Amino acid sequence: MFAYTVKRLLQGIITVWFIATATFVAMHAVPGDPLANNRAASEEIRKNLEERYGLNRPVLEQYGVYMRNLSRGDFGISFTQRNRRVNDIILQHFPVSATLGILSIVFAALGGILWGSLTALYRNRLPDVVIMFLVILAISVPSFVVAAIGQLGLVTLNSTFGFTVLPVAGWGTLSHMLAPSIVLGLGTMAFLTRLMRSSMLEIVNADFIRTARAKGLPPARIFLRHELRNAILPVITVLGPAIAAITTGGFVVELVFAIPGLGRFFVEAVQQLDYTVIMGTTVFYGAFLVFMVIVVDLVYGVIDPRVTLK
Amino acid sequence: MSSANVRLDPDAFKPAEARRLAQKISRPSLSYWQDASRRLRKNPRAMASFVILVGMLLFTIAGPWVWRVGPAVQDVDQISQPPTFGTAATALITEPRAPWPGVTAAPPAGDSANPLTAVTNLRLFEPATTQGIRLVWDPLPGVAAYVVYRNVYDPASGRALGLPLGETLDGEHVSYEDRLDLTPQRYWYSVVALNGDGVESGVHATLAVDTVRAVSADEAVARGWAQSSENLKAGDHIQLPRHPLGTDYLGRDLLARLMYGARVSMFIGVVAPALFILIGIVYGSAAGFIGGRADQALMRVADFVMALPFLLFMILLKIAFGIGPGESGIFPMLVALTLLSWPSPARLVRGQILQIREEGYIAASRLLGARTAYLVFRHMIPNTMGVILVALTFAVPSVIFTEAFLSFIGMGVSPPTPSWGSMCNEGIRTMLSHPHELIFPAAFISVTVLAFNLFGDGLRDALDVRMRGRE
Repeated sequence: MFAYTVKRLLQGIITVWFIATATFVAMHAVPGDPLANNRAASEEIRKNLEERYGLNRPVLEQYGVYMRNLSRGDFGISFTQRNRRVNDIILQHFPVSATLGILSIVFAALGGILWGSLTALYRNRLPDVVIMFLVILAISVPSFVVAAIGQLGLVTLNSTFGFTVLPVAGWGTLSHMLAPSIVLGLGTMAFLTRLMRSSMLEIVNADFIRTARAKGLPPARIFLRHELRNAILPVITVLGPAIAAITTGGFVVELVFAIPGLGRFFVEAVQQLDYTVIMGTTVFYGAFLVFMVIVVDLVYGVIDPRVTLK
Repeated sequence: MSSANVRLDPDAFKPAEARRLAQKISRPSLSYWQDASRRLRKNPRAMASFVILVGMLLFTIAGPWVWRVGPAVQDVDQISQPPTFGTAATALITEPRAPWPGVTAAPPAGDSANPLTAVTNLRLFEPATTQGIRLVWDPLPGVAAYVVYRNVYDPASGRALGLPLGETLDGEHVSYEDRLDLTPQRYWYSVVALNGDGVESGVHATLAVDTVRAVSADEAVARGWAQSSENLKAGDHIQLPRHPLGTDYLGRDLLARLMYGARVSMFIGVVAPALFILIGIVYGSAAGFIGGRADQALMRVADFVMALPFLLFMILLKIAFGIGPGESGIFPMLVALTLLSWPSPARLVRGQILQIREEGYIAASRLLGARTAYLVFRHMIPNTMGVILVALTFAVPSVIFTEAFLSFIGMGVSPPTPSWGSMCNEGIRTMLSHPHELIFPAAFISVTVLAFNLFGDGLRDALDVRMRGRE
């Protein structure tokens, strides 16, 4: 277990190094240069700025400095926001994205497990058909459309009641978080519902369920102790990729609902070609996702006794 | 034993006659693909999706030949116009606009009421058109001037009166002509009296005015709605260019944009998966076939590429490739998608190849003297085709999503090239007032993706070997 953890962590670090290098290469292939947007008014200012950001050194040396700084957890200074460090930007805005992401994951997982087991229990009957239709619909509608429809719904809701039931946009209180996290989690929930349904259908026909029924266990106990606990396992394995889908899907929801999260910041940084912020955010997100997958794998090994980690 | 004892009958060496079975009871032999296609055709959902997809393809390819309106042509008279399914919008032909001196009336004698009362008898001087709206009202005693407001919703119940249009010269001028940026819709005009100190009275008279689109004959010719002004006389109605699905916020025809947008979305949605799955097949089958250290190394590289945060790197690569002036940005997106997406089909194919390599028929074929290339191209790749086909159908909707997402955040195709995603992006800004600008592209994306998903489901079931031979 310990050896496995260490091995996975080392692999993770190498992966992050690869992500950082790929980011560096991609950013250095970008046409134009970071000082192009008229900040370097004269040749002298330009020289000073290049000196300050280390842009006049050879690319390999820049890479070395970049890697050295990264290994110390220093992402550099923003190009467009005066005297703002990328670390500060991430520290300030990532918690917002993370809160939103955690809420949506919780919503998606609970909803997926609930709907998935419901459809399996009512297989080929009305609830199953209705829910599976909604699931296909939720998978087929882009997140920004869901976000827009959600917002439209909130506007109508607020205007029919005559007061603000749920705020349409913004961030701060729990009521602000509700609508965006539901919108963000919807696609993942649909995906998890499908997964839960198929894994539940497999479990329902397993021998140990027949045994439990033959023993005369009450149906509620069979469902909770035997079926649900076993059927949830595949859902947990895909939580890693689901977290990835939700954190990146968060871009749109943050944009539409005007949430000051890191995703929105990244999009803005790209539009302004803020090199350090783009690189910092990409590497940070990449590292986050890599380690989330590792954590999910480790957790899976702990809760499923059949899995031996080596 | 002598040879003389052996009697050989020459007849015994004749080829045997093929004996025909008196009765044959067997199902016709079905190949894997025949069986799969039969099962697919029996799946109503998959077939319905297939019909929708063919319809979409026709809409994309043949559409622009039928509906010959440019996707970038602006119709500034019909901005954000809702869909008009039946008749086209019309405009009334009026006489050229003549200056209007206005109406003056002496206020009735007497002192001004304190506070001032509301204006009475607010009415239209002549029918309201987009050429101008002329308002008249009765004078009040002791009024210094009147202020006229215009609003696009009912200012009743204490809501704002709207845009202050202007003030009359004095209490005797009891009319106002509004020619400011009129569109065919309902306006609410409010008139408020001012007392001698220039203070507005708290009460107002409001008139709702439905405005009719109107042009003079010369204007109609100038805008290209009519050939010549000779046959046009005042009171006639003239047809405006038709926009069956309405127009967007710049007055561009939505139907034409949806067709051209479909070209972008469908092109990327079909070509990118085809490209990266092709690369995946080559890479995966090489890794799976060679095996050993090379396989490990190749798969490690694939794992690295898979670990890259997809959407962030899509954006990074897109800006890295850059978009030159006048380019649509489709090509960089294609390259970025291919660069980032090949590992997943490669892994899939490798897994399949590893499995197939151990199958009995491969060993049999090898014993019969088959060469490696023959094994790969005749046995291995055809046997992975089913899995690859399913992967392809599911890759298409996800690529369409990615394109839409990138265009939505402004990182996709560059204007004026329309794509469904960028149309949604534009539509979302006017979502509250003109929902059709968002609904149409969103519906097209959703229906296409839905059809691909359902078709993929059907295909997966049809190609599943475990389902073989079942109805």
